Amino acid sequence: MASAGRVRIRKTYKLFVGGAFPRSESGRAYPVKDARGDVLAQAARASRKDLRDAIRSARGAFRSWSEKTAYNRGQILYRVAELLEGRRAQFEEEIARSGGRKPARELDAAIDRWVWYAGWCDKVHHVMGTVNPVAGPYFVFTIPEPTGVVGIVAPDEPALLGLVSRLAPAIVSGNTAVVLASETKPLPAVTLAEVLATSDVPPGVVNVLTGLRSELVPHLAGHMDVNAIDVTGVPREMRADTEKLAAENVKRVVFAKSDESPYEITAFTEMKTVWHPMGA
Amino acid sequence: MGTIRKRTSSGASAPSKRGAIVPASPFAYAPAPESRGIVKIKDRYGLFIGGRFVEPRSKRHFETISPSTEEVLSVVADAGEEDVDRAVAAARTAYAKTWRALPGRERAKYLYRIARALQERAREFAVLETLDGGKPIKESRDVDVPLAAAHFFYYAGWADKLDWAFPNRRPRPLGVAGQVIPWNFPLLMAAWKIAPALACGNTVVLKPAETTPLTALLLAEVLQEVDLPPGVVNVVTGAGRTGAALVAHPDVNKVAFTGSTDVGKAIARSIAGSGKRLTLELGGKAANILFSDAPIDQAVEGVINGIFFNQGHVCCAGSRLLVQEPLLPVLIAKLKDRLQTLRVGDPLDKNTDVGAINSRMQLGKIEELVQSGIDEGAEIYQPECTLPAKGFFFKPTLFLGVSQSHRIAREEIFGPVLSVLTFRTPEEAVEKANNTAYGLSAGIWTEKGSRILWMAQRLRAGVVWANTFNRFDPSSPFGGYKESGFGREGGLHGLEAYLAFEQGAGRG
Repeated sequence: MASAGRVRIRKTYKLFVGGAFPRSESGRAYPVKDARGDVLAQAARASRKDLRDAIRSARGAFRSWSEKTAYNRGQILYRVAELLEGRRAQFEEEIARSGGRKPARELDAAIDRWVWYAGWCDKVHHVMGTVNPVAGPYFVFTIPEPTGVVGIVAPDEPALLGLVSRLAPAIVSGNTAVVLASETKPLPAVTLAEVLATSDVPPGVVNVLTGLRSELVPHLAGHMDVNAIDVTGVPREMRADTEKLAAENVKRVVFAKSDESPYEITAFTEMKTVWHPMGA
Repeated sequence: MGTIRKRTSSGASAPSKRGAIVPASPFAYAPAPESRGIVKIKDRYGLFIGGRFVEPRSKRHFETISPSTEEVLSVVADAGEEDVDRAVAAARTAYAKTWRALPGRERAKYLYRIARALQERAREFAVLETLDGGKPIKESRDVDVPLAAAHFFYYAGWADKLDWAFPNRRPRPLGVAGQVIPWNFPLLMAAWKIAPALACGNTVVLKPAETTPLTALLLAEVLQEVDLPPGVVNVVTGAGRTGAALVAHPDVNKVAFTGSTDVGKAIARSIAGSGKRLTLELGGKAANILFSDAPIDQAVEGVINGIFFNQGHVCCAGSRLLVQEPLLPVLIAKLKDRLQTLRVGDPLDKNTDVGAINSRMQLGKIEELVQSGIDEGAEIYQPECTLPAKGFFFKPTLFLGVSQSHRIAREEIFGPVLSVLTFRTPEEAVEKANNTAYGLSAGIWTEKGSRILWMAQRLRAGVVWANTFNRFDPSSPFGGYKESGFGREGGLHGLEAYLAFEQGAGRG
C-alpha cells in the first residue's frame, strides 16, 4: 500500500525473450484496456522479427532443458509455484484488472495447477510409456519425448489460469515455448514472465510475446523451426488458415481438451520406440 | 535401366576386388518359382460398398499390372466422388445401426475371425501381393501377410479392453474413418489401418493405392466370408483424386494417411479447420549408424536388410549409412561382396532377394535421383547382375563419398539405393543423423550398451533400432517425428488415434 501523497512507480510491460525483457524491436506498443475501456497499460506490440528471435532462443534452450533430469525439471518448475505464491498480491491485482471475477480463486487454481504439472515430470513416462511384448527376441520400449519448440497461442480467459493450463503441460516434458499472450489481457502473462525470469527456469525455455494475433499467429504457424502449435487461443475465424500454415512443416496442432491431464502433456510429445535384440 | 550415364569408372563394370569369393555361375540357384495357381484373379473388380461388390457410378475403370512382367492382371473400378459418397454413407449407416452399439467382446470376435482367415489363406494373399506389387515372395510370405494377420489378432484383443487402456477417460469411437494407404505394403497397411479402427468401434472407408489394389479387394472377400456386418469396411479403389474426395468428405470424422510427405501436407491443408482427426505416416531418410566396434557381419546384414528390404520401398528404410571412419574400408569391401550375392529378379521366385520396382513411375523417380547422385559427384557402385528383360527393375546401388548436401543424402529415394557418409565422433553422428526434415527411424550398431542408449536418446526419430533394423510388431508403436508425420500405429498408442475421450473441465 502506497503512503498518502506518494507517487506510485508504474511498470513497463515488455516482451520476454531469451531471459531478457526487450521492448519490441519495432518500437511499437498498443493500449491494454479494462472492461470499461480505460487504458491499463501500454503493452509491447511484437513484430515478426521479435517472433523469430523468440523462436531462435527457444530452439537454443531446447537441448539443455530437455536433457535435464526429470527430477531436476520437476524441482525447477515447483520453484516457479513457490515464487507465484510469493507474488500473490500483484497477480490478484492484475487478474482483477484483466476482468477476472474471483482473482484469489483463479490464482489458487493457477498455482495448484502448476504444482500438479510439475509433479508429472518424473511420472509421465510411467503412465504413458510402454514395454512392448513383441513376437521375437527383442527388448522394446516406448517413451514420450518432447517434440521440440512449441508455439502457444494463449486463450483470453481466464487470463492467468488459461495460460498456465497450456504452458505447464508443454514444458514439463522438456519442450521450450514461445507464448503469444492474450491480446486483450496480456498483463498477467508479462508478470508470469517476470516470475520465470527470477526462478531457475533457464533463459529461452519460455518466451512471452504480447501483440496482435492477426499479425503474429500466421508467422508462428508457418515458421519452419516450430514443431507444434497450441491453437487454444486462436479465434475460430483464424483456425483453418492457421492449420493450413502449420501443415507446411507438419506441425502438431494441439488444443486444450481438459484442464489437467497427462494427455495434455503427451499432446506435446513424440513417442519414441527403441528395439534391441536379446541373446546370450 | 542403362540410361544412367557414368562419370566414375570404378564400381559397376568392375567386379569387386574380393570378387573371387562370390559364387559365380556354377553355383547359381535353380529357379524356384512359387505357383501362382493358388490365386484366382477376376477379370474385373467393382467397389466394395455396404458388404457387396458394386459397379462404380463413375463408370470408369483402370488396369492393374504386374510390375515384374507388365502383364495386365485385372481391371479395377475407379471410384468417383459419387462412389466415395456412397461408401461413406454405407460406413455411416453401419456405424450408427450396428457397429457402434456392438459390445467390444463381439467386435473382437470379428477381428479374430479376420486374423484367422488371413492365416488360412496366407499363401494366396502372399502370391497375389507379389504379383500385383512386385515384392519378393519370401517377403510377402514371411513378413507382410503374417504381420497383417498378427495386427488383426492383436487389436481384436483390445476391442473389449479399451476402458483399461485409458482408465477414467471413457473412450468412445470417432465415427467414420477415411483411410488412404500406400503401395509398398498394401495388405499390411490395410491391416494397420483397419484393425485399430474397428477395435475402437469406428467404421472404415479404405482407399488402396492405385498400383496395388488387389489384396485389399481380396481382403474385402474375406470380410464377406467372416460375415462382418455390411458397411463396416468399404473399399474404394482409384487414384489420387479418389483419395482426395475421401479425406475431404464432410461426413468423415477421422483421416489416416500413409504415403509421401507432400501428399500428407496437402491432406493436412485440405482438412484444416474441419475438426477432423488426423494421423500421418509420411516419408523418411533414416540414418543407419555404424560404429567401429559394431558386430560387423551382423551389421552388414542389417544394412543390407535396412535398404534392400522391399526394394527400398520402405518409409523407414536405412537409406543413409553413417560409418565411423576407421571402419569404412572394411565395411565397403564387405558391402560390395554382399551386394554381389543379392539375387535380383522374378519376385515369385523363392530365392529372390530384390524384386520389381513397384511402377514405371517409381522407377523413373529412382533413376532421376540416382542420376543426380552421379552428377553431384558421388561415386556409384552396382553389382554385376542381369535384370529381367521385361518389367521394372533396378540394380542394388551404393553411393560412396556422399556429402550432406547431395540430393541423395537429403531426399527420399524410395528405392534400392544406399548413400554412404562418414563420421568420427558420436556427437557428429547424432548431428548428421538429425540433419534432415524427416524423423521416422534410425539404426545404431555398436557393442557398447551405454552408447546405444546415449544415441537412442538423442536421435530425433520415432523408431530406433539398435543392433537390428526394420523390425515390426503389432504391439510396438510406429510413427515419426518432424515431417515424417504424427500419431502412432501399433501398440497401446495406436488406439488413441481412433478414440475420443471425455472432454471439458476437470481431470480428463
